[in-house]
Amino acid sequence: MSDRIEETGGAGPSHRNVEVGVAVFIALLALIGIYGSLQVGIGWASDGPRAGFFPFYVSLIILISCAVNLAQVLMAERDGQVFAYWNQLRQVGSVLLPTIVYVLAIPYSGIYVASGVLIAFFMRWFGRYAWAIAIGVGVAVPVLTFFMFEIWFLVPLPKGPLENVLGY
Amino acid sequence: MLEDIGNLFHGFAVVAQPFNLALMVLGIVLGVIVGVLPGLGGANGIAILLPLTFSMSPTSAIIMLSCIYWGALFGGAITSILFNIPGEPWSVATTFDGYPMAQKGQAGEALTAAFTSSFVGALFAVIVITLVAPLVASFALEFGPPEIFSVYFLAFCSFVGLSKEPPFKTVASMMLGFALGAVGLDQMTGQLRMTFGFPQMLNGFDFLIAVIGLFGIGEILLTMEEGLSFRGNAAKLNMKVVVQTWAKLPRYWMLSLRSCLIGCWMGISPAGATPASFMSYGIAKRISKRGHLFGTGEIEGVVAPETAAHAAGTSALLPMISLGVPGSPTAAVLLGGLLIWGLQPGPLLFTEQKDFVWGLIASMYMGNIVGLIIVLTCVPLFAAILRIPFSVIAPIILVFCAIGAYTVHNNTFDVVMMVVFGIAGYFLKKTNYPLAPMVLAIVLGDKAEEGFRQSLLASQGSLSVFWSTPLVATIMALGLIALFWPIIQNALTRARASVQRLRAAQ
Repeated sequence: MSDRIEETGGAGPSHRNVEVGVAVFIALLALIGIYGSLQVGIGWASDGPRAGFFPFYVSLIILISCAVNLAQVLMAERDGQVFAYWNQLRQVGSVLLPTIVYVLAIPYSGIYVASGVLIAFFMRWFGRYAWAIAIGVGVAVPVLTFFMFEIWFLVPLPKGPLENVLGY
Repeated sequence: MLEDIGNLFHGFAVVAQPFNLALMVLGIVLGVIVGVLPGLGGANGIAILLPLTFSMSPTSAIIMLSCIYWGALFGGAITSILFNIPGEPWSVATTFDGYPMAQKGQAGEALTAAFTSSFVGALFAVIVITLVAPLVASFALEFGPPEIFSVYFLAFCSFVGLSKEPPFKTVASMMLGFALGAVGLDQMTGQLRMTFGFPQMLNGFDFLIAVIGLFGIGEILLTMEEGLSFRGNAAKLNMKVVVQTWAKLPRYWMLSLRSCLIGCWMGISPAGATPASFMSYGIAKRISKRGHLFGTGEIEGVVAPETAAHAAGTSALLPMISLGVPGSPTAAVLLGGLLIWGLQPGPLLFTEQKDFVWGLIASMYMGNIVGLIIVLTCVPLFAAILRIPFSVIAPIILVFCAIGAYTVHNNTFDVVMMVVFGIAGYFLKKTNYPLAPMVLAIVLGDKAEEGFRQSLLASQGSLSVFWSTPLVATIMALGLIALFWPIIQNALTRARASVQRLRAAQ
């Protein structure tokens, strides 16, 4: 990760740019926090400090520390460090995308079906397992989970059309 | 004091019930698995398994969850020694000498040394908790809002001063936690704030979701980036090696004691297990006669960090049960568990929930003994888990993270938030923003704010209330010292250097 290269651009986004991005993003959150606090009032009411009092100063401190962090990044010399190589980022993305799809599918398909599909997909895609094994694990894990949560520990999980058909 | 001992024995009786013993074994096994797997650690492991305890009594629940924690502490050592992969941040220092030992064919010795010193560290910390926690709690019963706020102030300042990350990044991360914790219903005025009209924001951000996202999903993304492949040493652990190593260990009693003290100190102040393990390793390296050989597979280099990490991990529960201030993210998750089971963490626990507190303390003794036996006998089994390819383990971990996030409030929106926290965790971790202060701030935000506002209310808005009594002033002063500790330390070394230069000049 700490390999140095001459120019940032080819191998991956520079560490410096990501640092700046993170600092700016946190600062934006702080601004939203300040705005939200002002909406409910940051002053002093008859019954004591108002609801926005504490979050206002907290957001203010965030803003100040972001300014310091940003200044430190910008004043440091360009060392050409890469945040991560593109192929590394591609790998991160290849996990992240299925995860996002999985999470968005849960309200519609229920958690068991979505989980089974995710596991089978992962094993087939990254592990290059035979379909039979991938589907086998993809079925076994949700079934085990079902017994563990719904039957033994009595914790209900989101269910979809399939569970409805099966009568749960 | 005598009454406490009586209570402790009562606690042992509670723990020794067959159901609780079974939960203890289950907890340890789950904990070791959690500790061994990448992407799952003590904090998010417990957060994910928390819903399993909803239908249990609080005492059984805390026994199981705290045992998951002990298991996770033990588990980290297995991967460090056999695979050179620290399963947990606090076992990074264990890899320095543990892995070389395994490569020299001394894996059994290294594991035995690690487990045994973990056990010693934990036992020491539990004894400290048994003796000190009731005193702290009875003392803290007198606390009013200013004192309560000052304790939080001290805890958070120590984070800034003691963390190895840049101080302003620690502050930013911590304050972000406070801001996230403030979203939703204001506890004092009952007013909604910073929800911007989104109904999903009404309940604010639950820290359990943050823990699962930041530590679970974020960690998986990091692991994926590194393209992890496990190549490890075989684990063979028979009784002969264990006994031989045990015969050697008493020689290092001084090292153990020192590491225990470092661990307890770092654990109670919220520095946590990770810095404790590094500090203990560093000091051992400097003091030991064989210090120059550290890093090539010295048994002392395993004993020092493991003892300190366990002592710190265990003693992090001291402020949690006696003051309601968790010393680590994992302790924070346990504290969140208390709230869910309807218990109010803090000094009142010792007077109102005797069964619970002493059951917890007794389970710390029992859990560590049971844990030691389990890890010593089942190492090959746990090492085998690591041989399951990541392409199988990763989606299963993702599924359990999602289940854990959903069950917190039975809300699918929380699962989406978990992924958002996961992405944030990936970027924050890679840019050196510490995550632990953020998590603790989300948990404690409400209480810290309440303490702060109630104090101001009493003093008509004057900040001088935090200097009004000697007790508050002392705690606040300690907090300020902790906050500016790096600067103070710097000034001290510079002063010392200039004194030496003056002497040299004379």
